[in-house]
Order: sequence, then C-alpha cells, then structure tokens
Amino acid sequence: MKTETELLNSNVNLARRSFLRYAGAGAAGVGLMAAASSCHKDHTVTPTAGAIDVGSGDPGILNYAYALEQLEAAFYTQVIATPYSGMPSVELTLLTDIRDHEVLHREFFKAALGTGAIQGLTPDFSKIDFSSRAAVLGAAKTFEDLGVTAYDGVGYLVQTPAYLLIAGKIVSVEARHASLIANLLGVSFVGSDQVDASTGLNATNKPSVVLAAANTYLKTKVSAKSFS
Amino acid sequence: MNLFGIIEEIEKVDPEFNDRISPRRDAIKNMSSFGTKVALAAIPFALGDLFKKAYGAAASSDVIAVLNFALTLELLEATFYNDGLAASGLVKDTAYITYISNDENNHVKFLTSAITAAGGTPVTANDLAYVDFTAGGGKNNGPFADVFTNYQTFLAVAETFEDTGVRAYKGQAGNLLGNQTYLTAALAIHAVEARHASAIRYLRTSKYGASVTPWITSSATASNDTGISLVDANYGGATPENNTTQGGVNLLTLPSLEGSTTSVAVASAAFDEALTQAEVLAILVPAFVNTK
Repeated sequence: MKTETELLNSNVNLARRSFLRYAGAGAAGVGLMAAASSCHKDHTVTPTAGAIDVGSGDPGILNYAYALEQLEAAFYTQVIATPYSGMPSVELTLLTDIRDHEVLHREFFKAALGTGAIQGLTPDFSKIDFSSRAAVLGAAKTFEDLGVTAYDGVGYLVQTPAYLLIAGKIVSVEARHASLIANLLGVSFVGSDQVDASTGLNATNKPSVVLAAANTYLKTKVSAKSFS
Repeated sequence: MNLFGIIEEIEKVDPEFNDRISPRRDAIKNMSSFGTKVALAAIPFALGDLFKKAYGAAASSDVIAVLNFALTLELLEATFYNDGLAASGLVKDTAYITYISNDENNHVKFLTSAITAAGGTPVTANDLAYVDFTAGGGKNNGPFADVFTNYQTFLAVAETFEDTGVRAYKGQAGNLLGNQTYLTAALAIHAVEARHASAIRYLRTSKYGASVTPWITSSATASNDTGISLVDANYGGATPENNTTQGGVNLLTLPSLEGSTTSVAVASAAFDEALTQAEVLAILVPAFVNTK
C-alpha cells in the first residue's frame, strides 16, 4: 500500500499481529487494519489534496499519535545532530534521552500499525533556529505541551481498552518531558498556559487545534477529519 | 489521586453505573466540551450534577462511600505537601513546592465538590485514623521518620508519591473508556501528576545531588530507579516499570538512533506503567494511612 510498509520486516509484522491479539481484537483487528487502509472501499474519509488524513476509529487515533511522534522524533533528532551553541552536557544528556523516547514512540506506533500506518512525514523546521538555545527549548515546549493536550484530548475517543492504556503510558512520559523543558526554560515545571492554577487540571486540545499547530512544522500536512 | 478508581468501585456496587453515565445518556448530552478553562473549572459541579441525574436527588450511600475512599487518597497527597510547607524551615524551594501543593489541594476540592453535589458528606482528615508519612502505621516512627525535618527525605517521599499517583490513575483508565466528561478530566489530572513527578525528580538531581532522571529509568533487573529500596513496591507490581513489551511489541527489537535495537533504559523510560487499585492500597495501607 505504501512504500514505507515494505520496509517492515516479518518480525515487525509478527509484532503487529501480537499487538492486535493482545488487544483482544483478533477478529476486530482485521477490520481495524482494513479500515485504516486508504484503498479500502469503505474508507469514509477522503484526504484533502496534499494532506495525509489519519483516518477514523482506533486506527485513526493511533495514526494521529504516530504523526505527532514522527514530528517530535524528527525535531529532537535534529536538536542532537546540531546542538545549540554551548549546550551543557547535562542538557545534552537530557535532550538525548527525550530524543530516544520519541524515536521509540514513533517506531512503536509504526510497528503496531503495520500496513495500517500513515506514511512517513517530512518535517519543516525552517522556522526554528537550531543554534539558539531559546529557540530550541521554546519549540520543545511547544511540541511537548502539544503532545500532552493532544493525547488527553482524544482519550475518550479510544474504543479499545488496551490502546487507551498504552496512550496513558505515553502521555505521562510526554508530561514528564514537558515539565523538564519548562524547568530548563526557567519557568518552573509548568506555566499557567498549560495547567489552570485554579483547578489543577492540565489543558486538553482537539485534533483540529493540535494539527493546526503541528502542520506549521510539517511539509507533509496532516488532517484528522473524523475527529474534528 | 484516583478518580478512575471511583468509577470502578461504583461499578462494583452498581453494575449499571456506566450505562447511567454514558455520554449517550441525556444526562450528558447537554454537557459542553471540556477543552476550555471555563469548562474545566465547571467539572466538579458537572460531576455532582451528573450523579444527581444518574441516581436521582442523592447518590446511594455505597456510591458516596466509594467517592470518599478516592477522596481519602487525594487527601493523603495534599496533606503531605501542606504538612511539609507548615514544617518550619523544612522546604527550601517554597514557590516550587507551593505550586504542587496548590494543584493537589485543587484535586481534593474537585472530589469534595462532587460528593457534596451528589448529596453525600465528604470525608475530611478528621475521619482518618491516622496519616503517617513516616510509613510507621500511625506511630510516626517509620522508615521515613525524618520526613518533615529532613528536606531530602521529604523530597524522596514526594517523588515516590507522585510516581505512584501517576501509576494509580493509569491503572483505572479502562474503567472510563469512552467517557468524554470523566476520562478527559481524569487524564487532565494524570498529566499534572506526571508533571509533578518530573519536577520533583529534576529538583532532587539538579539541586540536591540525587541521580534520578525526570522519567523512570529502569534496568533489566530493577524497576525502582530511586535508590531507595523501601519503595520497590511502588515501582513493581504485575506490570513493573521495567516492562519492555507494549501491546505485544518487544520494544527492545525496535530500531533506535544507536542501532537496530533499543536499550532497556530507553524502553522503560519511554513508557510509564500502571498499578492496580489493589496494588496501590497494599502500598498505602496500613503504613501511610488508615480509616477510623
């Protein structure tokens, strides 16, 4: 279906089958992957020209997460490849950790989705000055906060308990990242833009809001029409 | 600490509870999205309103008891920070700890409002037989005896409480499946607990010489990365923090930028794990808290 999926070896496909079995979605899994296939006749979401739509149902949610993880992984890969001037070793270590987490999140979703995965996305980081600490950490804050609000904003749409649990396992790590980045920026561990000081609750965002922000950093635009 | 647990416990006494509060029910239909600050602020009242609609004028005594159990857990966390801030000369990072304390007290208000609105009587600290942050079972001479006189012990206990709170929320996620109102609110609290956990960990390492990462970095042989063996159970459980298989996918076989595989350190840190309610209770009772 997509050239990227041809890169998946048999081990990964085995892993995908295990993933579906684990989720208790043996029979449903067939439909799950079929629904995510862009060539399936029942595919209800028609991507707009030039934009990749994540699809619908649980595969759509997983692809939505996969898209965001692709963006985050690409960002931190660039951060570590071209460190900002004077990056202290402690920051290099922490940002490398985050890079590795985001790369693993990306690879996990790619393996779990198998042939149902959206294509690899091409980032556009032309607006980010990677030589500037303030610019890099500012962008990192944007990405991490966006990730937390994105996962929490679609949690209720997830239909399979195992997927919800996995999303929960990832979003708390994104929140840990967000807290650390805020600390590095010197604004304590969170700003009032993310956690309402009068309620103690983190902000959440709809996919339309999240993707509007994410697409400013993507050459390959992404949409989530069934979740708007 | 455990909004998810509320729903699970209610379901035990009322198997049809989920149907009662399903978003498809009329009770929920007129509730607005929780994507804005205004809506978020309304959640405690919305929650109480929901219980009224699901059960009539007042929730049953069994339901109130379950809600109060969850509130007890939240009280534990808020009381910890309140007592720490009240201990003369203990807290060195007052603004930082005060911010966390405010969040936890807000979470208590959230549940208290819900119980009151549902016609119940919220539990207060006076209803507890004891709260003992030394883990001494009420004798205040447990292994963390200097928790309110030694700031490093205080931070170590805080770190474990926050990590455990994150795990407790996560463990109940499935019980709120599909529920826009409660799942979204609970996930919003879950994220804040994770921010706290990261914040305490970073504080300990960046200012006080600890060597923990903001995330839980386990090894193949040890889930607990805090260096405090007393809290091994907080990082263990049926699915311990050093789990490296997610959804049937062996994370260690996935490629990383270092090569064709991924390390246990990265695989464990990139995914936080859940604790069941029974596991949480076994950790807290009777060492830290008990009811009268």
